[in-house]
Amino acid sequence: MAKGGRRQHRVPRCKKCGEVAVIFMRHHRLALCATHYQEWFVNYTQRTIEKYKMFRKTDRVLVAVSGGKDSLALWDVLTQLGYQADGLYIGLGIDEGIRYSDKSLEAIQKFMETRPGLRLHVVDMKSTYGATIPELAQRSRRGRGKPCSVCGLSKRHVMNEVALREGYDVLVTGHNLDDEAAVLFQNTLHWQTGYLARQSPVLEATHPGLVRKAKPLCRFYEREVAAYAIVRGIDYQYDECPFSVGATTIYYKELLNKLEGESPGSKFQFYTQFLNAKKKGLISFHEPEGEVILRPCRVCGQPTTAGEICAFCRLWVTPGMDAEEAAKVVPTLKLHTIEKEEDANLEVEVSG
Amino acid sequence: MAKVRFRDKEWEVPGGKTIRQIIEEVGLDPESVLAVQDGKLLNEETVIDDDDEIRLLAVISGGV
Repeated sequence: MAKGGRRQHRVPRCKKCGEVAVIFMRHHRLALCATHYQEWFVNYTQRTIEKYKMFRKTDRVLVAVSGGKDSLALWDVLTQLGYQADGLYIGLGIDEGIRYSDKSLEAIQKFMETRPGLRLHVVDMKSTYGATIPELAQRSRRGRGKPCSVCGLSKRHVMNEVALREGYDVLVTGHNLDDEAAVLFQNTLHWQTGYLARQSPVLEATHPGLVRKAKPLCRFYEREVAAYAIVRGIDYQYDECPFSVGATTIYYKELLNKLEGESPGSKFQFYTQFLNAKKKGLISFHEPEGEVILRPCRVCGQPTTAGEICAFCRLWVTPGMDAEEAAKVVPTLKLHTIEKEEDANLEVEVSG
Repeated sequence: MAKVRFRDKEWEVPGGKTIRQIIEEVGLDPESVLAVQDGKLLNEETVIDDDDEIRLLAVISGGV
């Protein structure tokens, strides 16, 4: 028996047209049918972009796409809104018996087949850097055997490099409200004031070597993004990264969802009121040891706080190696660009 | 009996209940899954029939 005993059930109806709703969002007190949900989702994304001054129609936008629901939903919405949005896929080389990375790229290619005119940049870790993410993690001491730390480090490095090299104004990611609330919860539990200071829907480029970043889906619950992908018929990668099993983030999301079940709107209030309070100056956080000093890595040139050589380039460096020697062993980025034209097959252009 | 699938699990449940009740009965969190039938999204107050086949999709992902 469901919690609370047998209830009188009233099927929610779309607020706009009265049809049977496909989703009821308790925190918005809003039920919508498939047609009006898509319309609402697109409009609400635009309002979020404007609210946080993320980017304009004249900006070149690079969308980090993984093949999952969030990134493909984001790319779909930005395209509908008329933004100049190209995709970036990083082939991580994760297989673990389920062809995880292969299936991710297949989902993206399928998505592009029905949306002519899209452009996708692909960076394959194995062919560019000679090692997949699990292989890179094996040779690193980061993460104690789990590749998540090396994966995050590599993705941040590659995304920044591609965005700057190809002249994009902003890099956007599919982070949703559950992602943001889980990070906020984690950082609050540990009073990570530096991270709390930086958590924002927009991360300004604080250094010429850093691209501006934005999260246009940050005010949607994760289930709302999944619902949008389903009603839009986006055949996304359903499998989770095999290395994410047991991740702390998932545990925090589950905790917050329990709270949400008891008290609808808790996640929304937790995240949005944090942003509001910071904006109004009601709370403020500072870096624990003063201002962070960024210097260009002597190998790749990307800003780093880690000394002469950044953490990504150090994955190839052996003890005692100086920057000149390191520059000879750190591979340079190879970028493949795939364009799906209106009436043409996939075109592939490779640049070193 | 209606069939409900989630990842590699399958349950048989009597019709006449809502999606939300079924999700709770099989031990899942209604906030963490969505119900789909023939590719169409169902709201959680939908009452299922004995011959329905429902797929539950997890919406939580990690690795932020």
